[in-house]
Amino acid sequence: MDLIGQLLHLFVSGDFWQLALRNAALLSLPALGGVICERSGVVNIAMEGMMLTGAFFAVVAAQAWHNAFLAVLVAAIAGGLMALIHAVVSIRFHADQIISGIAINIGAIGLTTFLNAKISNFQGLPQVDLSARLPQVNVPLLSNIPFFGEVFFQQNIMVYVAIAALVLGNIMLFRTRLGLRVRAVGEHPQAADTAGVNVYRLRYGAVIVSGLLSGLSGAFLSIGIAYIFNDNMTGGRGYIALAAMIFGKWTPWGAFGACVIFGLGDALGASSGALSVPLYFLQMAPYILVLIVLAGLVGRSTPPAADGVPYTPEAE
Amino acid sequence: MTEQGQTAGADQLAIDMRAITKVWPGVVANDHVNFSVRKGEIHALVGENGAGKTTLMNILYGLIKPTSGEIAINGKIAQIHSPRDAIGLGIGMVHQHFMLIPVMTVGENITLGYEPVTRGDFYDKASARQKIEELTHRYGLTLDPDARTGDLPVGLQQRVEIVKTLYRGADILILDEPTAVLRPQETDELFGVLRGLVQGGKTIIFITHKLREVMAISDRITVMRRGHVVGHLVTSETNEQEIARMMVGRDVLLRVEKTEAKTGSVALKVDHLVAESDRGVPALRDVSFEVRQGEILGVAGVEGNGQSELVEVLAGTRSATSGRVLLGDRDITNLGARSIRGAGVSHIPEDRRGAGLVLNYSVADNLVLGRQRSERFTWRGIVLRLRAILNWAKRLIQAFDIRTPSPEAAARTLSGGNQQKIIIAREMSSEPRVLLAAQPTRGVDIGAIEFIHRRIVEQRDAGAAVLLVSAELDEIRSLADRIAVMYEGQIVSIEPSGTSEERLGLLMTGGGREERAAG
Repeated sequence: MDLIGQLLHLFVSGDFWQLALRNAALLSLPALGGVICERSGVVNIAMEGMMLTGAFFAVVAAQAWHNAFLAVLVAAIAGGLMALIHAVVSIRFHADQIISGIAINIGAIGLTTFLNAKISNFQGLPQVDLSARLPQVNVPLLSNIPFFGEVFFQQNIMVYVAIAALVLGNIMLFRTRLGLRVRAVGEHPQAADTAGVNVYRLRYGAVIVSGLLSGLSGAFLSIGIAYIFNDNMTGGRGYIALAAMIFGKWTPWGAFGACVIFGLGDALGASSGALSVPLYFLQMAPYILVLIVLAGLVGRSTPPAADGVPYTPEAE
Repeated sequence: MTEQGQTAGADQLAIDMRAITKVWPGVVANDHVNFSVRKGEIHALVGENGAGKTTLMNILYGLIKPTSGEIAINGKIAQIHSPRDAIGLGIGMVHQHFMLIPVMTVGENITLGYEPVTRGDFYDKASARQKIEELTHRYGLTLDPDARTGDLPVGLQQRVEIVKTLYRGADILILDEPTAVLRPQETDELFGVLRGLVQGGKTIIFITHKLREVMAISDRITVMRRGHVVGHLVTSETNEQEIARMMVGRDVLLRVEKTEAKTGSVALKVDHLVAESDRGVPALRDVSFEVRQGEILGVAGVEGNGQSELVEVLAGTRSATSGRVLLGDRDITNLGARSIRGAGVSHIPEDRRGAGLVLNYSVADNLVLGRQRSERFTWRGIVLRLRAILNWAKRLIQAFDIRTPSPEAAARTLSGGNQQKIIIAREMSSEPRVLLAAQPTRGVDIGAIEFIHRRIVEQRDAGAAVLLVSAELDEIRSLADRIAVMYEGQIVSIEPSGTSEERLGLLMTGGGREERAAG
């Protein structure tokens, strides 16, 4: 069969799209976190580190309590705490937010690798047992629809959580008072401050939310997909979420669209056995596509005006 | 004032700031300042840049905490720790740099911080629109709540700011240099709005350093200089000269003294010039004129009618699509900034901070910018002669009265007027054949304006051909020997220096185009 035929075959298979959507959901959680964080005016490249921290503590908690829900909770809190560090450093101390983000990403690798070795006595943490894994949930009736049922309604529970988070995040940002203020703070903090809006509180909140969401994604990866923790297991997914955020023009659904493209790339890579093309080329394809699109087809992507600018009220 | 009058006066005071002091590290921005405003008046707060006006108003609005002093609002001592406190006391502020978010709608900007919400914290757009329409209707201000704020012209953005304060229930409005960004017509409109607001019972504080506006709109005046209040005046009992003297601390020439121009041969000839703006639309559409040695040709016009592009083409920072620029006999069209500069054209750009200076460089380095390749300042074009640069800078700093702690201080740390003097010194010290001066006194104090005007006239008298572009009609009328009026990328007329403001205003807005004359 020629390549076109092979691809067509893949693209009509439910398995393939199911996998693509799962990968997209995994990326969309930190991407959404990034959107919320940067909309408030704090640059966040630390989703990678927050995600990795979440992934690690999810496994630790799963091993301790054999409860997926508790594990997810612990992972979110762990991601949130990493975010809190970023928030304090960049909001309270006006440090360079890129540097802070890099420090968190590298620090998270060191922290999780060290603790992993320490706790498991250099054996590596064992596989997550069945009781603590995030379950696959088949929605009654809907999951029986051919193709669509398989893609949309036979998914890991975290996929539904991710979609719900996108819906809520989008409503929060663009329909509520809170969202209006978050965006105001990210566009023009002086204007928000003179209007009586608390710039610091909103920015702290937004940064921490990005950590919670990244932590959730980490838990999804370790106890929902891999069922084990490996050192540096996020492998750059946080950075890909960052790219999705920019590609999606700092909007939740835009970022999700980008995540779907990246998710497709992952799924293609995973299906390379069915294709007569080298695996690495397939994995590269979506990123090439993104480069082309970013170079001009979607127009310029403009970040929030005050993104990355520390706020000092008495700056005259 | 009688005993009775004083008691009544105290009751009527909307604002009474007593002995306000604010100390920044190394500077006393406000030194025991007393400032009071009566209910229902328009009170002008005047003073040069750095006199402490904005600091005082930021204290009143809760943006800055005073080192000492007390504030009474409507006769009651008030504690103002944040803008929210000030807003709660009925104080609203329209900042010089608008506090608006360009990407949000007018309604969102107006309601920000006090948004109407439905159950569940949802932003209530319909209710916001209704409230804004009520307000705009009551004060006769038209605004579309659903328009994107960044798309509005500056005058309307300012209106958004005013409505924003009214929406928050302000009775006392502080306007910080509100006319600095406005066109003449917009200023008139603003004054109409302010009078309407006062009739509606509002009190207005109007910060400015434009004396004509003070006389036109205010009831009383407080003058500040270097952190002190130096005078309380009643507008009807004073004049511009007196206010200027108080502001600067000495007599100031408000009119430029100059003799009749002694013109020589044509130094700059512009021939059917055509150019595009950054957005690729025609900005210059067949512009022709001449400037002779020893004369100042003023270019008047509402901003955005091609003046900026004209100066850029002449200075070599923008390409002409057709037409020619002649310096004497030499064709310098599209030669590039470096060659044009070398041929004897100096350029005072309108964007002082962006194009005129490297703000993080020292005053000395800024004073040799553009001439850094000359053998005088560089050894074989490789190594800077630092001592020569420093000595040169010291001479210019003295000759042009640039107030800087040292030649090594970063240009960023100087006041706007002194920054502009750096550019003036650099551009004039090269003894140019042609001087392009774009908005040379924008945002500069009266004292510095006087200085800059005198220097421009000196250049003329030394034989330079001066092209003066300014949005200030006063400036054009007092300096220029002939006045070219630009409208929509064309020179619609060239008028003699005595032309009335009314006629220039008419030409600037497209009236009288049929008389279009080639220069």
